[in-house]
Amino acid sequence: MSLLELDNLKVHFPIRKGILFDRTVGHVYAVDGVSLKVEAGQTYGLVGESGCGKTTLGRAVLRLVDVTEGEVVFDGTDLAKLDEEAMRRFRRRLQMVFQDPLGSLNPRQNIESILAEGMAAHGIGADQAERREKIKAILAKVGLPANALSRYPHEFSGGQRQRIGIARALVLEPDVIICDEPVSALDVSIQAQVVNLLEELQESLGLTYLVIAHDLAVVRHISDVIGVMYLGSLVEEAPSDALYEGPRHPYTKALMSAVPVPDPDLEDRRERILLHGDLPSPANPPTGCRFHTRCPWVQETRCATDRPELTDTGDGHRVACHWTAEIEAGTLARTRATGVEAVTETAAVAEEPAVADVVREEDDKAVADAQPGLPVPGVAAGAPASDASTAVPRPAEAPADERSPSTEGGGKR
Amino acid sequence: MPLLSVDELSVTFTAKGRKDSTAVDGVSFDVDQGQVVGLVGESGCGKSVTSLALMGLLPAKGVRVGGRAEFDGTDLLKLGPAKIRDMRGRHLAMIFQDPLSSLNPVVPIGVQVTEILQRHRGLKGEAARKEAAQLLDRVGIPDPARRLKEYPHQLSGGMRQRALIAMAVACAPRLLIADEPTTALDVTIQAQILELLKELVDQEGTALLMITHDLGVVAGLCDEVNVLYAGKAVETAGRRELFAHPTHPYAHGLLGSIPRLDAPRGEPLNPIRGSINDKIAWADGCAFAPRCDHYTLECLTGTPELTEPRTAGHQVRCVNPVLPPVRPAAEVPA
Repeated sequence: MSLLELDNLKVHFPIRKGILFDRTVGHVYAVDGVSLKVEAGQTYGLVGESGCGKTTLGRAVLRLVDVTEGEVVFDGTDLAKLDEEAMRRFRRRLQMVFQDPLGSLNPRQNIESILAEGMAAHGIGADQAERREKIKAILAKVGLPANALSRYPHEFSGGQRQRIGIARALVLEPDVIICDEPVSALDVSIQAQVVNLLEELQESLGLTYLVIAHDLAVVRHISDVIGVMYLGSLVEEAPSDALYEGPRHPYTKALMSAVPVPDPDLEDRRERILLHGDLPSPANPPTGCRFHTRCPWVQETRCATDRPELTDTGDGHRVACHWTAEIEAGTLARTRATGVEAVTETAAVAEEPAVADVVREEDDKAVADAQPGLPVPGVAAGAPASDASTAVPRPAEAPADERSPSTEGGGKR
Repeated sequence: MPLLSVDELSVTFTAKGRKDSTAVDGVSFDVDQGQVVGLVGESGCGKSVTSLALMGLLPAKGVRVGGRAEFDGTDLLKLGPAKIRDMRGRHLAMIFQDPLSSLNPVVPIGVQVTEILQRHRGLKGEAARKEAAQLLDRVGIPDPARRLKEYPHQLSGGMRQRALIAMAVACAPRLLIADEPTTALDVTIQAQILELLKELVDQEGTALLMITHDLGVVAGLCDEVNVLYAGKAVETAGRRELFAHPTHPYAHGLLGSIPRLDAPRGEPLNPIRGSINDKIAWADGCAFAPRCDHYTLECLTGTPELTEPRTAGHQVRCVNPVLPPVRPAAEVPA
């Protein structure tokens, strides 16, 4: 039995209009039916772009936002059904580390007061002296000097503040820590310090993490299992290595290919799948598969009408796509351009999927039909068209050698 | 002769009753036509101030700017406000990090784009509107005619950044400065914007000065890279050379501390210890010495000079550079 289990979790925010007659005119479907399991002692990484609902999901687990539907089962108890006081007591075991270390620390409280507050609320430590001893021990664990106790948040650097945020979670001896973008506000060299700290703490204290981040590389580094979210639902879930080695959902493929890697050779070689347009509004999500308005492999049947379920495709790799098998087998051709023309081509209107989509799909098909060997960045011009349909966002082997010296020297693709 | 040649640029902020603070401390680099040059570093390294100094956007008071920045024969730092205003937008253009705060929130996109066309190209009325629509189309904004009438808040983040790029390239500038152009954007949108910038450089031969903290972006885009630390360039090299043989301990440490998508899991990262606040003045020695694993007493005897310990053109400001290739050549995952 998993330590934390979400079952068909939904969080919908009402959109209200009118002053006198307050009425609900719609909903923002921030989290729309997510089921996942977090095993004890493991790290579950949740990735996705802004607006995909990953933060709302994290907050819903702690009941910091109201759960609309579904279950949040933690250690056998459904948190979604608890009353306020019972939930408050449960929060000792589920703590959160926030993104903005300065914004989440009260500027008028010194560090001791910040850390002791939660302990007092949950009755940890008999008196102040005992609490102080405990806080000192935790501060040492997260790598802060003992004299930090009487100092205020503004006296610390960003990385140190994040350590304070982590210490605040740790003093309550939680089982699960939900880390919402724990390192995205930090500089690269500091990021690495905090990531290492989180890993050390997990090892020594047996913590379970739910890490929410947009940075795929960070998530891959610290997670055992990764879930990819798009517009309120999980589109793919797999063990960290499996997800990197063979992303199966088109969105994950695009996302992975978009992450810049600090390696010029790899950057030049790998194929980038560029997506059309922007994320549709979660208040008005597309019908059927939420990704169909931007998917390079979108098909005429099913995609726009049936919402795909997250199904196991083997080895605990769960994918929500109707065409996973066909895309993996390479029998499905891309229906949309994914090269630079996806960026500069303006026929697509992302916000109005219902109307514009048909037009765009036809346009793209026309383009794709006319030029079978569409040049894709990273793939040398003239590469066989079949490559484009089978290539996954890993460095494509064949085109690598075809790079001409001139493109290399100019640093252009 | 390079298009832009920056020589010993320094920027010092002065305030009454406070110690002077030097943000940029003698930075030199060249940018050629059609070339992408990167300035990389973490917060506080002086990369943004460098770009503001080049564009003449630093406040007139409380700032001391030194050195030279020759752009096509004219020293940008010596130009008066009116002269630099004529250059800005026409020959030099800039893309900022946060597209929402760099656009005027109460003016439609169309007015903001046509403004520059009127100012520099003398286009008016319908002609300016047509040109503006074409520019938006060029950067991949769907339905440009409608977008021109909209306000910045009605556009998505990626769309706003495209609008900014459209404004920047409106007069086909010869030098484009992009200050963290994709930092505020999601990765898939970032990929779109980077592709667009690359295309502009390839097709128009624009010189691009790319300012970023993201070494991944640098690896994919820049020809030459300058790594800055505490206001000085600590390492300058072509991108392949830099990523294959990071030689300054700081550059080496930076590359070691990035979690990589293609690295095997389970290996701890090698962070650089301390933070940017732990530095000493360049005059006393190497500013990076307090955080450096290689430091010796030699590091505390005056500013280290740029040397070329590895190959010609690969400049490193360090007395104890990381010489044997510590990082194995990148392996391609199967």
